Amino acid sequence: MIEWILELAPAWAEAHAPALIVVLPLLAGPICAFLPGQGRTAWLFTVLVTGLCTLLALVLLAQVQSVEGGAIISYAMGGWEPPFGIEFRIDALNVLVLLLVSVIAFLTSIFGWPSIQAEINEEKRAMFFGAFQVCFMGLLGVTATGDAFNLFVFLELSSIATYVLVALGSGRDRRALPAAINYLLMGTIGASFYVVGVGFLYASTGTLNMADLAVRLQDVGGNRAVQVGFAFILVGLGLKAAMFPLHQWLPNAYSYSPSFVTAFLAATATKVAIYALVRFLFSVFSLEYIFEGASLALILAPMGIAAMLACSFQAIFQSDIRRTLAYSSVAQVGYMLLGISLGTAAGVSAGMFHLVNHALMKGALFMAVAGVVLTYKGTRIHDFAGLGRSAPWTMTAFAIGALSLIGVPLTAGFQSKFALVSALLSSGWWWAAMIVVFSSVLAVIYMGRILEAVFFRPPNNPQKRHKEAPMLLLVPLWILALANIWVGINGNFVSGLADNAAAALFVGGAQ
Amino acid sequence: MLEFILERGNYWAIIGLMMIGLYTLFAATNLIKRLVGLSIFQTSIILFYISLSRIDGGTAPILYGKDAKGHGGGHGEEAAAAYGADAAHGAADAAHGAASHGFEHVYSNPLPHVLMLTAIVVGVATLAVGLAIVVRIREAYGTIEADEIRDMDLDVALAQYAEDHPGEANPA
Amino acid sequence: MSQKTDHHVILRVVAKPLIPIISLFAFYVQFHGDYSPGGGFQAGVIFAVAVILYALIFGIAPAMRAVPPVFTRSLAAFGFLLYAGVGVWALIMGGNFLDYDALFNEPPGGHDGQHYGILLIELGVLLAVAGSMLSIFYAFAGRVTEIKDEDW
Repeated sequence: MIEWILELAPAWAEAHAPALIVVLPLLAGPICAFLPGQGRTAWLFTVLVTGLCTLLALVLLAQVQSVEGGAIISYAMGGWEPPFGIEFRIDALNVLVLLLVSVIAFLTSIFGWPSIQAEINEEKRAMFFGAFQVCFMGLLGVTATGDAFNLFVFLELSSIATYVLVALGSGRDRRALPAAINYLLMGTIGASFYVVGVGFLYASTGTLNMADLAVRLQDVGGNRAVQVGFAFILVGLGLKAAMFPLHQWLPNAYSYSPSFVTAFLAATATKVAIYALVRFLFSVFSLEYIFEGASLALILAPMGIAAMLACSFQAIFQSDIRRTLAYSSVAQVGYMLLGISLGTAAGVSAGMFHLVNHALMKGALFMAVAGVVLTYKGTRIHDFAGLGRSAPWTMTAFAIGALSLIGVPLTAGFQSKFALVSALLSSGWWWAAMIVVFSSVLAVIYMGRILEAVFFRPPNNPQKRHKEAPMLLLVPLWILALANIWVGINGNFVSGLADNAAAALFVGGAQ
Repeated sequence: MLEFILERGNYWAIIGLMMIGLYTLFAATNLIKRLVGLSIFQTSIILFYISLSRIDGGTAPILYGKDAKGHGGGHGEEAAAAYGADAAHGAADAAHGAASHGFEHVYSNPLPHVLMLTAIVVGVATLAVGLAIVVRIREAYGTIEADEIRDMDLDVALAQYAEDHPGEANPA
Repeated sequence: MSQKTDHHVILRVVAKPLIPIISLFAFYVQFHGDYSPGGGFQAGVIFAVAVILYALIFGIAPAMRAVPPVFTRSLAAFGFLLYAGVGVWALIMGGNFLDYDALFNEPPGGHDGQHYGILLIELGVLLAVAGSMLSIFYAFAGRVTEIKDEDW
């Protein structure tokens, strides 16, 4: 379906796409910081770079799909052959995440300009885009790399840029600063735990290349050093992915950072950490280890279920819409972890499918909230009352996102929840399937509260005129909203990608 | 038993540092102290990697004597290039306990040192960003005690709640 | 500013010859980085230390006049771009990213690429590290008021 791009793309772009997709934003970051014009040129440049990255991701997708069952593209950095050098390794699993991250970055950076104009000081804007590019590059790097330590470096690069971006929300609300420092402390503990885990693996195998690790770990077997390493990696990446109960940094960070940052982070940052978790669970370690099977069923599944229930309840009692959505994000991470913890191809596929869909719906929701922040300067439910009449376009897109989050048929959320429930049922976890349905009912309550205020309550302040968000914001918002409906009606494209991704993990994709 | 403990002295030191760092991180309310705890924690990880790379009787991983000649004909650039390839080999083998790979001398594994160089830089960057945020917190709140900041934020949240729900009792 | 008073005359006299030596040592570490322990990271930090020492003893403002903050920030970004630029150069010459062997399209056995590649990379690291260390220092030190002579 996308083979045409291979004919259009120049040969050098095809040959070096795995490196270029990371190198482009890497170069763009420092350049951005020096562009003149109060950030406008930096913004245009950012849109250009994220657009190019999206094209490169499409090229990679076409390359991976050109072979039946999914090709593996290996790129040796600096010409050093893996496993000695750093390898960038693209397969069906991470090409999906690459595409997701770059598309979301492209759409959010288009809408970013009006929002940033309102929230960031003039002299900081160019630097702001520089930090955004570094964050974006880090997320792509985590996804593309095939080297365990390199993954840590990219993870920290993106995280450090993220702390800065979150802290820049202090212009609007000073609570962004404590949120940022908490995120920094927790995030650094997470990354450090991950490094300790990698250290244990390196001590027992002598390699850092993930594919090589997978092979050598099978020879080593499950000795205690490997088990400890596994535990450290699980906790470390779990912290980054906001796995319950390691999610405490997330609600504040999402509520107080600039709207643009929230929309981007909510749709990408935790997703990339979940990708890394999946990569380690299924690709580096193999399911044969008893301790891993046990940890999936005894740790990941209960954590996922606890997140679905506890955080959905917490979402109900929030009066700030961004906090509601942030808690709901943790709950949605629970769905993904539940799917992954099944340890079957169907479960992982459902988890990845939900990962993509969640990015689409949360992207749309947070963008709509950003639009309201821009025109009405408030994010409490109180401020949203009656907006259905004064900003119908923004709010209709918001409603589509909300329905998708609940899982109403004909939306993306329904498709992936359906896939998840059927994967659970086919493994005989009917009790978990019932909890998924119950948690969706909770989603009806917390999103229903907001929708009721938006469409049925009279405006708080009748003087407020009819005021829509600017066109620059509406277009990407509606693209995401329509994507939710498109996936809901014809989910084959995305679910096919998720199926391929899961297949790549289970059919010897690691080797 | 005593021998078991003493033989692993470096690991006990690492575990001790790690626990001190984590405890400081969680127990301190002063944000600077928390960052100090974080640094101690990261230092323990650096020590962990460095002790992984040590080999009994091993020297710094720079080829010398016969090894340098045998691998590059004495030509400086050749030696440097050959060293790169062998270092990568050595890295993989050293962890298996087989350090000498046709070498006259035993060399420590260079790879963990290089990794930790990167980790140190990452740690410095994190610390700098953290301290910068603490400076901004001090400017915005007038304090760097986490519990005082939390109290101030709670007051703001309660005021907002009272504004949204006029006439209701205070939830706290 | 403390320049007019003579409270720290010993410090100043000791520091004056020390600072050029520190900078020189930075370059020694830098250019020996190819073959012996050293390289851009260490050299960059040592170089930054020379400026920081100057700032500690002669005051932040004179240091900022000598090495302006805008310059340090540009230096960090430029060093980084130099590093990435070598990678892109290798890409343009048809090799993989950062593949030094491809830099000059040499016949097999040629080592110019390896030699100049690592030299430029280390130079980029030096500039980036020195620039960012100084930027970090200025960002913190520039915020507090200078210590008065009476407080010493």
